Amino acid sequence: MKKRKLISSVLAILLVASILMFAGCSNGEKETSGDDSEVIKIGTFGPLTGPVAAYGSVMVNSAKLAIDEINENGGIDGKQIQLIDYDTKADASEAVNIYNKLRDQDEVVAIIGGTISGETLAVKELAIADGMPMLTPTATHLDVTLDAPSIFRACYTDPYQGAAIAKYSIENLDGKSAAILYNTDDSYSVGLAETYKESFEEAGLEITNFEGYTANEVDYSAILSNVKDKNPDIIFLPDYYDTVGKIATAIRNMGLEQIVVGVDGWDSVEINYAEQVEGYYFVNHFAKTDKADIVQNFISAYKTKYNTDPNALGALGYDAAYVLVEAIKAAGSTDSEAIVAALSKIEYSGVTGTIRFDDQGDVTQKDIAIIKIVDGDHELLEKIVVE
Amino acid sequence: MLLIQQLINGLQVGSIYAVIALGYTMVYGIIKLINFAHGEVMMMGAYFAFLAAVAGMPIWAVFLISMVLSAILGMVIERVAYKPLRSAPRISSLITAIAMSLFLQNLALFIFKADPKVMPTIIKNNPVTIGSLQISNITIITFLVSVVFMVILTIFISKTKSGKAMRAVSQDTEAAMLMGINVNSTISLTFAIGSALAALGGILYAIAYTQVMPTMGLLPGLKAFVAAVLGGIGIIPGAMIGGFILGFIETLTKAYISSRWADAIVFGILIVVLSVKPTGILGKNIREKV
Repeated sequence: MKKRKLISSVLAILLVASILMFAGCSNGEKETSGDDSEVIKIGTFGPLTGPVAAYGSVMVNSAKLAIDEINENGGIDGKQIQLIDYDTKADASEAVNIYNKLRDQDEVVAIIGGTISGETLAVKELAIADGMPMLTPTATHLDVTLDAPSIFRACYTDPYQGAAIAKYSIENLDGKSAAILYNTDDSYSVGLAETYKESFEEAGLEITNFEGYTANEVDYSAILSNVKDKNPDIIFLPDYYDTVGKIATAIRNMGLEQIVVGVDGWDSVEINYAEQVEGYYFVNHFAKTDKADIVQNFISAYKTKYNTDPNALGALGYDAAYVLVEAIKAAGSTDSEAIVAALSKIEYSGVTGTIRFDDQGDVTQKDIAIIKIVDGDHELLEKIVVE
Repeated sequence: MLLIQQLINGLQVGSIYAVIALGYTMVYGIIKLINFAHGEVMMMGAYFAFLAAVAGMPIWAVFLISMVLSAILGMVIERVAYKPLRSAPRISSLITAIAMSLFLQNLALFIFKADPKVMPTIIKNNPVTIGSLQISNITIITFLVSVVFMVILTIFISKTKSGKAMRAVSQDTEAAMLMGINVNSTISLTFAIGSALAALGGILYAIAYTQVMPTMGLLPGLKAFVAAVLGGIGIIPGAMIGGFILGFIETLTKAYISSRWADAIVFGILIVVLSVKPTGILGKNIREKV
């Protein structure tokens, strides 16, 4: 009995000691991780496995590519940058764990992320409380930057692209009437459908069909027959490439001859449905076929490193890494407040156009690429800016 | 005019439901089992067709390979999962059927991964204009192929010896056995035919809607089950009628009410049928003999 008591008290003492030691340790590290350390750590996260793995992995790979290039060119004032990436599996609570790990264990100075809106919103309050500089390349949900002074966004928001494609449909495609087919289970699709509808109605034009479908819909013939009956000039499909491909197939099968337009979710639709989407238009963050050197250099560098083509999420991740590094350089320190202040003043011309932030932390006046699908490839028609 | 167009749309989905419902109803007719793995056999059939089409086989070979492999799969499922439970209470085999359905779904998830695969175009798209109507040739082919197979099945069951054996087993298994009918092989044959028809449904589905994925069998499977119940489960013409009616109702709901309501109304029908006329449209009330 006595022996047992002895052991347990020894264990208790050891436990207390180890807690104190650990606390001491992390304090000590924090002090040295300031200006004296040789590496600057930046965190990033996104879904690298699971159903939307393609999004996170391309974004993180592109950010890595950018950081490697910067390191080769001397890093930030001679200091190398280390990019630490984690897999959220598109899970919000996993994202919170990762954020805490990045802050406490890895002690990053800033974060590039998250990739999708859900995980970014999950860590939003934490980032605000910590004043952590966070630049999301790809989270399009409006609330991400709302009342969040330290959070910035490198891509345009959904209302912006919805207004852009509506403007293009009216002015350049000469649309007098349009049908909108949207996914009622997805806020991205619903939001875009409403923006497009508003723009059309403001211009005094007619929306002939405003038809919703559910996420697990496969047979679009019923709603497309209704569209055909009303015979509008344009069909707007705000959804991701997988669904767009299915609807485009039904449109072709039923012999509808309308011009079909879409949004950034269309990126990659030509991989499996080139024939069906031929001649259709969509807006995107960048065009693969843009002749500009910066775009082609990014694409060839990505191809050399990973052996596949990047998509728009990659281009945004790549730009976000450069923007963040520019901000750290401009700030002259790794202090959170200084980085946030530098970010709000930055102006950087990247693969996806000029990035500068408004008071909210969103990009303003950003170029939006109008793309036509020609011979199964993206043809850049023009880049427009919407007020 | 729009209504006619919508009815034609309904014909396409309806013929796919009808083909799948046939398998449900045949299996129920012969061993009184609702084979919940049937939708998954349809899914596997679609994957077999996908693999054959990717390998560049001609269209007849795609249909043949997929249907034969699915028929074998159906017989294997029966041997492994249902035969040992033939004398067990019905609830045991029902639970086994659900387990089989989940097993096949996860097996497909493991082999083919979760991302949807795009079916290669094996039928060139070429809309046909009749008057002011424009109909997809795929709709016409879907309808014709399913009708042809329904006719073949009807002739097979009413005219051939094996068909007669199937009818006998479904009426009274023990009496059929005493008459010298090989019950085991008759049940195997039923599963083989039912599964081949499910695969046919799967192929038509994959061609019409361009994608195959591990969960694709779930909803069509359940809807075919509703169709079978609607027409009168165990009755072969009932499954065909039920399938077409369901296709019409679903399409008209989508066209004139809302896509959101389509599934709710389809499954609402199941509840109504079960409470008003559980034996279905063609079912007769048979008095229990004492």
